[in-house]
Amino acid sequence: MSDVTIPPSDSLAVLEKQRSTAETFGIPLAVLLEITHRCPLQCPYCSNPVELDRSGKELTTEEWKKVLGELAEIGVLQVHFSGGEPTARKDLVELVKHASDVGLYTNLITSAVLLTRDKLSELADAGLCHVQISFQGIEEGLSDRVAGYKGGHRKKLEVAKWTRELDLPLTVNAVMHRQNLHQLPDIVQMAVDLDADRLEVANVQYYGWALKNRAALMPTVAQLDECTAIVEEARERLKGTLAIDYVVPDYYALRPKKCMGGWGRQFFNISPAGKVLPCHAAESITGLEFESVRSNHSIAWIWQNSEAFNRYRGTGWMKEPCKSCEFREIDFGGCRCQAFALTGDAANTDPACALSPLHETIFKQAEREAEGETSRFLYRNFAGGTLESENGT
Amino acid sequence: MAGPRNISVSEASRPVLPRHAKLKYDETRKVWVILAPERVLAPDEIAVEVLQLCDGKRSVGDVSDQLAAKYAAPRDAILADVIVMLQDLADKGFLTEIREKTS
Repeated sequence: MSDVTIPPSDSLAVLEKQRSTAETFGIPLAVLLEITHRCPLQCPYCSNPVELDRSGKELTTEEWKKVLGELAEIGVLQVHFSGGEPTARKDLVELVKHASDVGLYTNLITSAVLLTRDKLSELADAGLCHVQISFQGIEEGLSDRVAGYKGGHRKKLEVAKWTRELDLPLTVNAVMHRQNLHQLPDIVQMAVDLDADRLEVANVQYYGWALKNRAALMPTVAQLDECTAIVEEARERLKGTLAIDYVVPDYYALRPKKCMGGWGRQFFNISPAGKVLPCHAAESITGLEFESVRSNHSIAWIWQNSEAFNRYRGTGWMKEPCKSCEFREIDFGGCRCQAFALTGDAANTDPACALSPLHETIFKQAEREAEGETSRFLYRNFAGGTLESENGT
Repeated sequence: MAGPRNISVSEASRPVLPRHAKLKYDETRKVWVILAPERVLAPDEIAVEVLQLCDGKRSVGDVSDQLAAKYAAPRDAILADVIVMLQDLADKGFLTEIREKTS
């Protein structure tokens, strides 16, 4: 039996064997649905774009139901209900029910703070298959400070318990950075104690909000090495009890990550306003027009034919040093959003790659930031961010 | 369909897929799949046939009887293969079993 792993936000895999013709792109197995950007938490590394979609722009219940039906019809097998905070939408139970009715496997990616036991039970009855809860740390002080939300950590622990009581599988998602990496061993134990099936140890990826907060979040090289050692030890020790997925920050690597499994190859997500995007940060690349599910085009057409998906597909768009690089079909030049954010041109080599002319400068700067004094956060919100006060409130 | 995890598969067990692992025929790709959290497994033909018989009522022994009769093959060999296949699935967390109720 072969396993196709679908990491949550990186390379969503296609089941089909890779075809020799590089232009054939099968419909992804799983699609990320960011049904709202509203969220009570204000995490400084939020993966949502800096310019958030306001609630007035969100797709309606009927529009989302139509999307779900269309996804099932074209061969998508799983959907991740995400956000923002997906439980901020009053119609979530109805959407999960509809997704189940059309045969989709449903994952809920949540901060958990808005859930009640009754609501979770309704979601389970509606056919929800799996719950993923984010944690910001191991104890209230740091966790609630990172999330910018008092009482959040305690609520998360409670919801995680309800999840297992309702016999739903649980994934603990822990986003790691300089200010919480010291808690990693305890986070692993917390996941075991919560009877989670999976733990995601996800180091912050520095786009959007996280890039604005890089000086407060960037780990040191020593911290990162320790983190990797902890994960490797825990994986071995907890085999059969807890599966651990590990996402490393690419700043200190010599080779860039195969972001999204390659642009437009294995993944798309749908934004609250209905834009079909090659990755959840894609809107940060200015000058690209993204088609909406509200347009006259089908989702399959947008995936296969739209300008935004085809712009960085394959290798034809590449410049040097990617163009003649032997790794060009292995990592596809890294992350387009990171290339754009750090170099101003998404077609440049991702500076995470040692072959990028900017690699040295940018990553020396990150290293300096990691050793620096800055620890204040710029909290994520609809007002463009709010700087944490001096005394950490 | 609540059931225990970390099970040990034997001839007497009555396995069944837990609610979070769904066996489904993928019309688009023309293959059977098992959908699980963040994963899609591609079972081979034999695995699909075994899993379709694992309804929480039949024991592993019953399933092996049925397959031995259908393929006119030695039951012992089939039983051994079925246990290995199901245990692998159980170890990944995608199989549970029905146990006798005490009430």
